[in-house]
Amino acid sequence: MSAATVYNFHGGIHPPENKAQSLRLPLGHPKLPEELILPLGQHIGQASRPLVAVGDKVLKGQTIAINNGFLSSFLHAPTSGTVKVIEERPIAHPSGLADVCIVITPDGADEWQELEPLRDWQKVSKTDLLAFLAEKGIVGMGGAGFPTQVKLQGAQKHNLSHLIINAAECEPYITADDMLMREKSLELILGIEIVQHLANAQQVMIGIEDNKPTAIAALEKVIRERQSNIQLVVVPTKYPSGGEKQLIKLLTDQEVPTGKLPADIGILCQNVGTCVAIYEAVQFGRPLISRFTTLTGDGFGAPQNVEVLLGTPVSHLLSYADANLSQVERIVMGGPMMGFTLDSLSAPIVKTSNCILAATRKELPLPEPEQACIRCGMCEQACPASLLPQQLLWFAKSQEHEKAEHYNLFDCIECGACSYVCPSSIPLVQYYRHTKAAIRDAREAAVKSDIAKQRFEARKARQEAEAAEKEAKRLERQKAAAAKPAAKKAAPTKVTEAPAASSAPVDEETKKLKVDLAIAKAKLKKLDKALQEAQERQAVEEISALQLQVDGATADIKEMEAKLPATAPVAKPKDAAPKVALSDEAKKAKVDVALASTKLKKIEKQLADDPDNAELRDKQSALQQELATAEARFAKLQPEQASSEAKPAAAKPVLSDDHKKAKVDVALASTKLKKVEKQLGEDPDNAELKAKQAEFQAALATAQAELAKFEAHAPVTAKPEAKATAPADDEALRKLKIDTAIAKAALKKAEKALAHAQEIGADNVDTLSQQVDEARGRAEALEQALTKGEVPPPAAAPKAEVNQLAEQIKQQKIAAALAKAQVNKLKKQLAQQPEAEDLQQQLSVAEAKQQEEEAKLEQLTNSQENR
Amino acid sequence: MALLRITSPHTHRGGRRTSWVMQMVILATIPGILVQTWLFGFGTLINILIAALTAIGAEALFLKVRGRPIAFFLKDNSALLTAVLLGIALPPTVPWWLTVTAVAFAIIFAKQVYGGLGNNPFNPAMVGYAIVLVSFPVPMTQWLGHADLISAGSTMSFSDSLSAIFGGLSTVDAYTMATPLDAFKHKGGLMSDEAFASVTALQAASLNSWMWVNLAYLAGGLALIGLRIITWHTPVAMLAGLAVVATFFYILDPSNAATPLFHLTSGAAMFGAFFIATDPVSSCTSNRGKLVYGAGIGILVYVIRTWGGYPDGVAFGVLLMNFAAPLIDYYTQPRAYGHKKPKSGVAIGGDK
Ligand code: SF4
Ligand code: SF4
Repeated sequence: MSAATVYNFHGGIHPPENKAQSLRLPLGHPKLPEELILPLGQHIGQASRPLVAVGDKVLKGQTIAINNGFLSSFLHAPTSGTVKVIEERPIAHPSGLADVCIVITPDGADEWQELEPLRDWQKVSKTDLLAFLAEKGIVGMGGAGFPTQVKLQGAQKHNLSHLIINAAECEPYITADDMLMREKSLELILGIEIVQHLANAQQVMIGIEDNKPTAIAALEKVIRERQSNIQLVVVPTKYPSGGEKQLIKLLTDQEVPTGKLPADIGILCQNVGTCVAIYEAVQFGRPLISRFTTLTGDGFGAPQNVEVLLGTPVSHLLSYADANLSQVERIVMGGPMMGFTLDSLSAPIVKTSNCILAATRKELPLPEPEQACIRCGMCEQACPASLLPQQLLWFAKSQEHEKAEHYNLFDCIECGACSYVCPSSIPLVQYYRHTKAAIRDAREAAVKSDIAKQRFEARKARQEAEAAEKEAKRLERQKAAAAKPAAKKAAPTKVTEAPAASSAPVDEETKKLKVDLAIAKAKLKKLDKALQEAQERQAVEEISALQLQVDGATADIKEMEAKLPATAPVAKPKDAAPKVALSDEAKKAKVDVALASTKLKKIEKQLADDPDNAELRDKQSALQQELATAEARFAKLQPEQASSEAKPAAAKPVLSDDHKKAKVDVALASTKLKKVEKQLGEDPDNAELKAKQAEFQAALATAQAELAKFEAHAPVTAKPEAKATAPADDEALRKLKIDTAIAKAALKKAEKALAHAQEIGADNVDTLSQQVDEARGRAEALEQALTKGEVPPPAAAPKAEVNQLAEQIKQQKIAAALAKAQVNKLKKQLAQQPEAEDLQQQLSVAEAKQQEEEAKLEQLTNSQENR
Repeated sequence: MALLRITSPHTHRGGRRTSWVMQMVILATIPGILVQTWLFGFGTLINILIAALTAIGAEALFLKVRGRPIAFFLKDNSALLTAVLLGIALPPTVPWWLTVTAVAFAIIFAKQVYGGLGNNPFNPAMVGYAIVLVSFPVPMTQWLGHADLISAGSTMSFSDSLSAIFGGLSTVDAYTMATPLDAFKHKGGLMSDEAFASVTALQAASLNSWMWVNLAYLAGGLALIGLRIITWHTPVAMLAGLAVVATFFYILDPSNAATPLFHLTSGAAMFGAFFIATDPVSSCTSNRGKLVYGAGIGILVYVIRTWGGYPDGVAFGVLLMNFAAPLIDYYTQPRAYGHKKPKSGVAIGGDK
């Protein structure tokens, strides 16, 4: 092992190390807490998806949440027990916000699930190994918790010159890695060998600060014994030598170009904790369920390192290590330079928690009041990124974001060295965080407004085109209608042949839409790819910007897809129409289903080509899940659909709500009455039933009276000439009934079509309601023409004779038949001219009328039967 | 237990606060002040005292006018530092009102009017100095001579210094003498070596006394660098700039130009390099910028000394470079980690 050259990086500081305190006691093993709180988002990326439900029994090591997309991770039960609850709990996060956690009550048995190691890791394919690591929930344990498989997979695309194991642990106070290296030196080296197997770098180096002689000796021993070619590079103690970029500079004299990843210059960094976790996963099948954490600070009576189960609340550890809470003023998770304060002691340990620092006031005094920047340049001398902190401060204060960016604000690693040395006690890092956030927000807003603008313009153009087309068609039809009235006086709406002209533009339009859709989909695909790349590169800002764009594109596509079936001249327009008439949510669900299944199909295809690809496999399973959920959701929404659609149909202008209600009342009352009568037939002596019968008869009478009041206003029609042609015998009646049933079914469909029209109308309500009025006007005119010489409405027959009633029924039947004929005719027209909205309007009007007639018919029949 | 919510970092370097920085700079002037007092009497100390009182009074008054907490800002010692620097720079015999004028102007117009500490574009001490130099050139160019060379034959006594400052001393002429720089500038048609042989102010004793003063400030300045309060860049660049130009002209015309050593050890060369040019607020920020800035001052000092209207050029050199500092800053940004080249210029149209 030759001594490697150690280079230097600009700046850096030497804060008091304070590492000795926590190394006096041996590694501690706190007992099980009362509950384990496992946040679903312990890593960078999407939060995991829970696999367990409240009340489930879990075993130690059992997967309780799985990854949710590419950049995500698994989560396992740290001990056996019961899932107590899945809810929002305060978590250890700089924001101090709560997040969804799975809470497990341990049963004390600490019973392991059967573990499946992967001892022949050298033989399986790398993708399988990566997938295995993903399933074991391994994430980067040093920093932000980047899913390890993603990092390794990204690095595999490059030829790596260096694999650097970060053992610097430069933050004051923290000794967790130091302790880990002492306790598990062999495991670490073996873990590094696995990582090296995956990374295949030319050189493997461990970078360690010279303030850890015990760990250095232990590692040297193992390396010598194993005759490993891992280089142990001892670097001088200087904060922040453990920063990824700084360590790379120290060990290789290379700098990671701004905005790039170490992998781009052929370097992969891994934390020691991660390597040990990888080893334990592979060797024993042990998922990541515990970690080494330093408990330190003057607030602890017995500062030490502990191996602690994930999810252990901080309060449990405080009492374990004899914290004197009355003395503690600040509890910092992480080190004093980059850690963040906790404000809830119930926050749990997560995969990235390397230290709990319970500090007294004396230890970490309050910051002095901020003074003016005297531009002394001490911050600049300390900045490891070679920035000009004082200039950045100036721009941050004056909100000159462009200048701040120009001065490389985004290369600031927020190490805090500048704040540490600033004689004026300026909280520089706070200023930078704030400014960075403001700039990101502004960028996001810009992207958002760009997308919104694009979409708005595209939609407007589409709408205009549609409106123009519709208008053209309407004019054409009007002309046609005007030319024909003489010839077809009796039935002016009987336009049997569809205007040939209208189908061509429809085709055209559909084609255009399809092309648009294809383009949009291609765009989405590209964006998705970019997003994934960004995720691989950990470019956080880009991810959010891209996410926005993807969302925008998806929404676009959905909109287009929703439109496509509506305009396309499908063979069965009646079917197509209700489909698009689904509620927004159902529509979304449906699109989700479609998207998911498309994606799944794609993945499956890819998988066929590349069966070993773990990523694909992951994706496939994720997609299958997604598809299942989406389908379930859609299925759930569909039945609701019917009921939710009844409403818009009810709102049809022809029948007032009250009117309808009256009808329903009548129908209900008569049904009840019928039932009672039937029962009475079986049990004629039952007084109670008789009383009920009387009551129901009374109710029916009232309801009928009520209805009659409404009917008086409604134009009830019956036509003499129709009467002449209508066969009034029983045969006809039966047929009529069947027809009625069919017509009713058809009516429902048509109602849906109307609902659709109304939904589409959300875009251009004005035009549409105008069209509705027009349609109604036309329908009424039609009716008038049809009912020339009609009989005055005989519906309100208060005390009718049986004969009279029978007569009325007959008439009513005729009216219903006529209405049905009208409906059928319109439907036929509509079949040829599927998107003619005024036809749809007419249809619904006619159908409403038909319904009305039928209701009346039923009512009459009922009253006849009741007699 | 109330838990604090503070963002990182949670620890700060103890003790090294701004007031401490200012205090250290003041302390670092002590060797120079002692040498000056030893050579030229108590005038300098009296000046410093007057200047300090004026500075604190003016600062307090203006903080009150601006509605700022007085004690908090006075404690940063920055006004005191300005006063000390001015007290050192002014000749030991200037009347008290001249000191008061200079300091008041420095504090009020060069600092508070711009918004107080940290916001002044110009070095306040040098603004005050330049104002009185331009307004009262006669007392401002009257320095004391070395005891061996002047007619009085000894350094000025404390009472004489007091009366010179507060009442006007009739015998003051017995003590005063041109500084070597002044003398050299007005050597008339004499060749350099002739001047050094004949002019009293250019005698070895006079030159040596000024060399001692400069060495004392050099010592103080090195201490500041050792304490990491200032970096080496500005002083080294300034001295190097001065030396290089001086060498160049000396080689070109040895009979008329002075040696580089003469330039480096006379006048306010070291004091200017380590205490004036390094004023952080009004100088450049980046290390590269400091090099340019310092070199610029060095060159200007030579130019003014040689061809300008005043015997020494530190004040005007510094003020001129103060003007240029923001521009220099824009073009001398350090190369940040991960960047191939340093950025320069101003951000126009939001580059990335
Ligand atoms: S260390 Fe503080 S006072 Fe000094 S230049 Fe930086 S921000 Fe300003
Ligand atoms: S926090 Fe940023 S500006 Fe400050 S020293 Fe660290 S990298 Fe430089």
